[in-house]
Amino acid sequence: MNDRPVYLVDGARTPFLKARGGPGPFTPVDLAVQAGRPLLMRQPFARDAFDLVILGCVNVIADEMNPARVAALRLGMGEDMVAFTTQINCGSGMQSIDTAFRYIREGKQDLILAGGAEALSHAPLVLRQGAVEWFAEMNRARGPVAQARAMAGLRPDFFKPVIGLERGLTDPITTLNMGQTAEVLAHRFGIDRKTADAYAMDSHHRLAKAQEEGWLDDEVMTAFDSEDGEVYDHDDGVRPDNDMESLAKLSPAFEKPYGQVTPGNSSQITDGASWVIVASEAAVEEHGLKPIARIVDSEWAGLDPSVMGLGPVLCATPLVMRNGYALDGIDLWELNEAFAAQVLSCIAAWNDADFCRDILGLEGAFGLIDRDRLNVDGGAISLGHPVGTSGNRIVLHLANAMKRRGDKIGVATECIGGGLGGAMLLEAV
Amino acid sequence: MTKPVLDHLGETKLALGPITGAGDGDWHHAVDEGGTVWLALDRKGSSVNTISEGVLKGLAGHLDALEADTPKALVIRSAKPAGFAAGADITGFDAMSEEGAEDLLRQGHDVLVRLEALDCPTICVTHGAALGAGFELALACDWRIAVDGASFGFPEVRLGLHPGLGGTFRLPALIEPTEAMTLMLTGKSAHTKKAKSLGIADVVCEERHVEAAIEAIIAGDVEKHGAGLSSHAFRLGPARNLAARRMRSEAAKQAPPEHYPAPEALIALWEEHGDDRAAMQEGEIASFAELLKTETSKNLRRVFFLRQGLKDKARGEDEIAHVHVVGAGAMGGEIAAWAALQGKTVTLGDVETGPIGAALKQARKVCKDKHLSSTEARDALDRLIPDMRGYGVARADLVIEAAPEKPDLKGKIYADLGKGMKPGSILATNTSSLPLAELAKKAKTPTRFAGLHFFNPVSKLELVEVVAHDKTSKATLDRLSAFCGAIDRLPVLVQDYPGFLVNRALTPYLLEAMVLMEEGVPKEVIDSAAIDFGMPMGPVTLADQVGLDICLHVAESLKEHLDKPMPDVTAALRDKVEAGESGKKAGQGFYDWSDGTPHPDTEDEGPADLTDRLILPMLDACVECLRKDIARDADEVDAALIFATGFAPFRGGPMHHAKARGVEEVRATLSDLAARHGPRFEPDEGWSDLA
Repeated sequence: MNDRPVYLVDGARTPFLKARGGPGPFTPVDLAVQAGRPLLMRQPFARDAFDLVILGCVNVIADEMNPARVAALRLGMGEDMVAFTTQINCGSGMQSIDTAFRYIREGKQDLILAGGAEALSHAPLVLRQGAVEWFAEMNRARGPVAQARAMAGLRPDFFKPVIGLERGLTDPITTLNMGQTAEVLAHRFGIDRKTADAYAMDSHHRLAKAQEEGWLDDEVMTAFDSEDGEVYDHDDGVRPDNDMESLAKLSPAFEKPYGQVTPGNSSQITDGASWVIVASEAAVEEHGLKPIARIVDSEWAGLDPSVMGLGPVLCATPLVMRNGYALDGIDLWELNEAFAAQVLSCIAAWNDADFCRDILGLEGAFGLIDRDRLNVDGGAISLGHPVGTSGNRIVLHLANAMKRRGDKIGVATECIGGGLGGAMLLEAV
Repeated sequence: MTKPVLDHLGETKLALGPITGAGDGDWHHAVDEGGTVWLALDRKGSSVNTISEGVLKGLAGHLDALEADTPKALVIRSAKPAGFAAGADITGFDAMSEEGAEDLLRQGHDVLVRLEALDCPTICVTHGAALGAGFELALACDWRIAVDGASFGFPEVRLGLHPGLGGTFRLPALIEPTEAMTLMLTGKSAHTKKAKSLGIADVVCEERHVEAAIEAIIAGDVEKHGAGLSSHAFRLGPARNLAARRMRSEAAKQAPPEHYPAPEALIALWEEHGDDRAAMQEGEIASFAELLKTETSKNLRRVFFLRQGLKDKARGEDEIAHVHVVGAGAMGGEIAAWAALQGKTVTLGDVETGPIGAALKQARKVCKDKHLSSTEARDALDRLIPDMRGYGVARADLVIEAAPEKPDLKGKIYADLGKGMKPGSILATNTSSLPLAELAKKAKTPTRFAGLHFFNPVSKLELVEVVAHDKTSKATLDRLSAFCGAIDRLPVLVQDYPGFLVNRALTPYLLEAMVLMEEGVPKEVIDSAAIDFGMPMGPVTLADQVGLDICLHVAESLKEHLDKPMPDVTAALRDKVEAGESGKKAGQGFYDWSDGTPHPDTEDEGPADLTDRLILPMLDACVECLRKDIARDADEVDAALIFATGFAPFRGGPMHHAKARGVEEVRATLSDLAARHGPRFEPDEGWSDLA
C-alpha cells in the first residue's frame, strides 16, 4: 500500500449557533464562507493554490446546490477550483477529510480544503405528498372547469407542513427517531437518567472552561451578520452554570412519559461550519507549512439503525487495533456526543467482555476509557450538533487539543444516523 | 487553466447586422438582405459616442439617401461596446453659447424631424447608457429596443440646462408627461426595467436576441405601448398649471431657482406650451440657447470638466488587489465598505468586534443605496472580511490606518504593521489633522507612506486627498491616485500642511460661524446665509454632522500649527464636546438631531457682512494653499472644495468665484473685515499673484 504521509495543517470553524426558532442568520454556504475567509487569509499561500474543495453537508438548501462549489467561488478560490459535496449524514464533515486523506495518500492531490457546513435552523418545511400532487394538478389544469375540479381536491391538512428536520432525524428503515435509538441503548446498557444528566452537565462545564481559557481562540472564528451588525463570537448553546437540579426538571423529549433522553442530555440543534486544510508532504514543504497532526488512518462501519449509537465502537476498535495500539495507547478521544446515553453506552460496550468477544472478535473487554481522555473540552451536548459539520469539528478539535496537551495519538469518532460509524486516527507531529 | 475561459471567448459581440468594417466618418452604413438599412454610430478616436454637430450632419447625409429611396426599415445603434451615446459633445458648448446657438440647434432639430418623418419603421437599439442628445436621437425613432442593462436619462439639468434636441416635447408625448418631466428635472436615469414600464423601451432583450427582436418589429409582431389617460388630461392648461406648481416646489427643494434657472425654464415651457408641439419646439430652442449663456451653466460645465480632469489623473495601474484597513470606526468602516463594493479584497481590523459588526451593517446599507443586486451585494460583502487578528496585513498591497487621532497610538500601530507588511506595500493614513511628517518618522518605509484622506460619507463624497510628505515617493503617490480611480473616487494631490487643503479651508468657516453665534447671531440665520450663498448646508449643521469633537480637535491642531490667526475656539464648542453633545452621532449638537436633519428655516436677517465673514476666509485659505504649493493649481483647489464639501457648484469653485467677484474687491473686503473684526481676516499675500 502506498502510504504517502498526509497532514492536517490548520483549520477553523464558525461558532456553533443554537437554533432558536426560525431560520438563523446564515445559510450553510454563508457559514462556510464565514469560517473559510479567515482560515484562508492566515495561510502563507494563495487562495487558489488548493487542488480541490470537499464539503460535507446534509441539508442542502435549494439556493445552494453543490454547496462546496458555491463556497469555493464565494471564497475567491478561482473559477477552475473543482469542488464537490459529500453526504453520509452525521459523518459528512469527516467523510470530506477522509476523502481528502485518501486522495492525497494516493498521490492524486497535494492540497485540499475539506469541511462541513450545516444550517439546521434552515431545514425546510416539507409539504405532504398529497399536497404536492394537488399543486401539480392545479398547475396542469387549463380552463375554469378543470381548475375548479382540481380546486375541489384541496384538503385542510395540505396546509399542515411536515417539519423537514423531524423527518431527517428519523430513521427511514426502523422509523425510530434518533432520540429513540438512544432510549434503546440506555435500556440495553442500563444507563440511568442521573448518569446521563451528569455526563451532560460535565460537557457544558468543560466547554465553558475551554472558552474561558482561550483554548478555542484559534479554532473558532467570530461570525458577523451584516443584516443587523450582530456579532457571534462563541458557541452559544453553552450553559456554564448547568446543574443536576435544572437538568432533572426536564421532561423526556422522545418517549413520554417514561423515557430518559431529555433535551438536556441530548445534542443541540445547531448551525455551524468547519474547515480543515489537508496537505501532502510536498505541499507542506513547498509552502513552508507547520502541520498540527498527521492523519494516520480511517475506518467506517455499519450496524442495525436502531442501535446506530454504537457506531463508534464498531469502527474505532478495528482502526486502533490494526495500527498496533490498545486502549492505553490512545491519549485522547473525541467521540461525538449525539446523546449522553449513547456515549455512555459506547463506553459500556467497550468495557463489556461479552460484547467485545461477540461483536469485535477481541479476547476480552477493550477496556474502560478514562473520562479525562474523552471529550475533554465538551462536545455536541454543549456545543450543538450541526450534523454535516460535527465530524469535521471533532477531527479539528482533536488535533488542536492533542497539540495543547502534548498527546501523541488520538481518535475522533462518531455515530451516524442510519446505522453507521466513522473514525479517524491522528498522530502528533 | 492558463487563462479564464470567458477571457478567451471575449465580450458578447454587438449585433450589427450587415455592417462589417469601419465606415467613413462617425457612421457605419450597410444594407442587409431584407432591405433594412443599418446605421451604426462609431465616433472616431473615442471609446464613447457623443452627439456632435458632425454626427448630426453625417446622419443628415444618410437621410438624403434614405428619403430618396425608402428602405424596408432603418436600424440605428452604437458600435461602441461602452454604450449608445453619452450625450451632446459638451466641449462645443462654450463656443456655441457665444453666438449662433439657435441656428445650430435648429439644424439639429431639422435632422431629427427628418428621421422621425422617414416613411419606414425606424428602430433604435440601445445598450448601456443613452443620455441627453443620445436619448433624443433614440426618441426620434419609431421603436426602441433596450438591451438588458440599457438606461435612458436627461442629465442636462446637472449642467444647468434642459434637453435641447427635442427631448422636452418628444418624451412627454411618448410617456406619462409627469414622469417625463421628473426624468428631465431630476437628471436621473431610467434603467432597463423602469424604461420598459414607463414606455420608453418597446422591447427589452439580451444582446444575443437583438436581431430576432428587430425582425419581429418589422414583421409587425410587437405591440406599441399605449399612452396613458393622463397624457390627454395634460392637454388642458389648468391641469398643467396644477402639476407645474407641484413640480416647482419639488424642484426648489433640490436646487434653489435663484441659482439654478434650468428647472424653472423647463417647467414654464411645458406649462405654457404643453399642448402645442410646434411652440414647444421653438420654446425649447430659445430657452436652451438662453441657458447656455448663464453663469450657472458655464460653471456647472466647468465642474464637469474639473471632474474629468481629476479622473484623467487617476488613471493607471494601482497594483492594489487587497486593502487592509486598521480601525473599523465610522471612517475606516466606510472606506473598507466602499473599496469592497468597488471590487477590492478588503480586510477590516479592529480590537473590538462591535465596530466591525456596525461597519458590515453600514456596508450592506451602502450596497442597497447604490442599487446593487442581491448577488452583487453578497459578493461585495464576501470581499469585506472582518479581521480581528490582522491576518490581512501580510497579504495587503495597501494598508489604510484609520485609527483614532492619537500620535502615540498610531506610532504603536505602525510599529506592529512594520513587522508584518509585505515588501512593496503602501501604508496610508486617513488622519485629518496630524502632521504627516511626524507620523512618517514612525513608518517603517517613509517613501511608501502617505496620507489618504477620505471624506464622510465615502460613498457620497467623491474627493480623496492624496497627501505627500517630503519623503513620499512619486511611485507611491501615483499608485494611490490610481487606487482612487480604481474605486471610483477623485484624487487630489496635496502636500503635508495643517488641515491639508480641504480642512485648512473649511475650519475657519466653521469656527467663524461659532464666533458669530457667540456674538448673538442665531444659528439658523448663519446657516441660511451659507445656504443662500449656495452651500449644501450651513456651517453649524455641517459642524454637527462632522462631529463637534472632531471639529474641536482639528481646530486646535490647526491653531497650533498655523502661523496665521484663526477664529477663537468658543466656549460653547468646548462645553458641547464636554457634555457629550457632539453632534449628529450623539443626537444632539448645536441642533437637535433626534428627529433627523434639522432645517434652519428663518426669515430673520443677519449682519450685513455675515456671508463675507463666512465665505471669504475660505477663499483666503485657498489662496494661501496655492501660494504655498499645497495644491497643484487653482482648478484642483476648486475641484477639491466642490467634491469634498459641496462648495456652491454653480459658482465654479472658490478660486473661480473669487476671480468672478474680482480679486481686488475680495482683498479689499477682507482688509475691511480685518479692520472691523480682527487680524484673522487679513488677506493672504498670495492674492497679489492673482491680481
